[in-house]
Amino acid sequence: MPQLTARNRHRVAFRLNGRQVEALAENRMLLSDLLRHELGATGTHVGCEHGVCGACTIQVDGAPARACLILAAQIDGADVRTVEALAPQPGRLSVLQAAFREKHGLQCGFCTPGILMTLDAFLTTRPDASEAEIREHLSGHLCRCTGYATIVAAALAAVEELRKEQKENA
Amino acid sequence: MKPPAFDFLRPDTQEEVLETLHRAGSDARIIAGGQSLVPMLNMRLARPGVLIDIMPLHALRAIREERGEVIVGAGVRQAEFEAWPQLAEKLPLLSQAIGWIGHVQTRARGTVCGSIAHADPSAELPLSLIALGGSVRLASRRRRRTVPAAEFFLGMMSTAIAEGEMIEAVAFPVAGRGTGHAFREIGRRHGDFAIVACAAVSDGQTTRLAVAGVDDHPRRFDLPQEDGGALDDALNDIAWSLNARDDLHASARYRRELVRRLGRETVMEARSCRS
Ligand SMILES: Cc1cc2nc3c(=O)[nH]c(=O)nc-3n(C[C@@H](O)[C@H](O)[C@H](O)COP(=O)(O)OP(=O)(O)OC[C@H]3O[C@@H](n4cnc5c(N)ncnc54)[C@H](O)[C@@H]3O)c2cc1C
Ligand code: FES
Ligand code: FES
Repeated sequence: MPQLTARNRHRVAFRLNGRQVEALAENRMLLSDLLRHELGATGTHVGCEHGVCGACTIQVDGAPARACLILAAQIDGADVRTVEALAPQPGRLSVLQAAFREKHGLQCGFCTPGILMTLDAFLTTRPDASEAEIREHLSGHLCRCTGYATIVAAALAAVEELRKEQKENA
Repeated sequence: MKPPAFDFLRPDTQEEVLETLHRAGSDARIIAGGQSLVPMLNMRLARPGVLIDIMPLHALRAIREERGEVIVGAGVRQAEFEAWPQLAEKLPLLSQAIGWIGHVQTRARGTVCGSIAHADPSAELPLSLIALGGSVRLASRRRRRTVPAAEFFLGMMSTAIAEGEMIEAVAFPVAGRGTGHAFREIGRRHGDFAIVACAAVSDGQTTRLAVAGVDDHPRRFDLPQEDGGALDDALNDIAWSLNARDDLHASARYRRELVRRLGRETVMEARSCRS
């Protein structure tokens, strides 16, 4: 494969929230900026740009990851989900989102998209998650408003609700 | 906080990587998981002319066991290693240590070999490699060579990787029968870099203790099978030999105290859990 030159913009193609998208990006463009500035997906927030705060957390091939630590060029061919993918339809919230609203899991909301993407990935694979495991996953996020207690409460309420749904469907 | 401009290579073969490393010399830089390099780019602490993404190379993405060693390729992410079904049996030390590296969100991208290459003085994987007496497999256009862990880490983020070389894999010796392993770490918060981390391996005769976070690279010591005051004295000597310094995170004195206390707990646990 040829070397992609620094001065030009290059094509990246990937799946974003279930749809195939294409964009032109310089090599040095971060995925967080590609999402926000080129593709208009501004639900992904940007706090620190060095991996510490978690605001930019998205899902890449099902796993939570920092969008600010991924180069746009590295995402070619991947499956990316952002917070925009969570609501099942306009005007309706996912179980996790509804639990955040119910339990006051957000105040200013800056940290929320990242936290939702981490918890969504985790609860999808582990619907029986314990409080300790939820806290472990939240350790990769900073929230300056809530003190975390309401976030943990929201996550546990979502676990409960998901379990109920599972039983009803079984 | 945006990276400077660089050329970007997504190679099809490892030969292309080695050729580019050879041609561009110190102007080329490998990017693996990007969890240490991208922050450095964003803060402009690194300004490579060309970045080489090794993650498309499928040959580097394997974990395999070979002649008593677990060989982890340069494309294996920390989360994949953590989820390797045989980890607890073959490498009990790693199965204890790996969850301490950053967070779920960084382990999903960061690689095992990238952490070894980055050689942060408080990093868990270099510490574990030192404690187990593992080795690093390097490749360049001209040759391949294996460097024992004890000769690989030279100082603060400084290693035996020469210009034109890349890490192909790291090798961890499989846990022997009757050995005990323990890992302990103290940080400000879970997921932060360690202030002090200790790893111990005991075979009944000697206990090997490795310490990270104090000296500018992880260090390893062999302790005789002594206990009580003799062990305390040995740990005290170790604590004083590590060139502890004051920094933002902890004082030198606190670090020495952690080496004595955490070191003791780690040694005792490794001795008591021998299988
Ligand atoms: C918030 C946060 C917390 C973290 N906490 C910890 C922690 O507690 N403990 C810890 O150990 N780490 C921690 N890290 C760093 C860890 O996540 C990185 O994964 C690791 O240090 C580097 O691995 P990487 O694959 O991401 O390498 P990259 O960032 O891609 O590369 C790092 C360096 O290694 C070189 N390199 C990579 N692969 C090779 C190779 N095969 N051959 C030669 N050179 C190579 C690169 O050129 C670069 O110089 C943290 C990171 C973040 C963002
Ligand atoms: S903006 Fe990515 S972790 Fe803070
Ligand atoms: S709700 Fe404001 S930072 Fe978390």
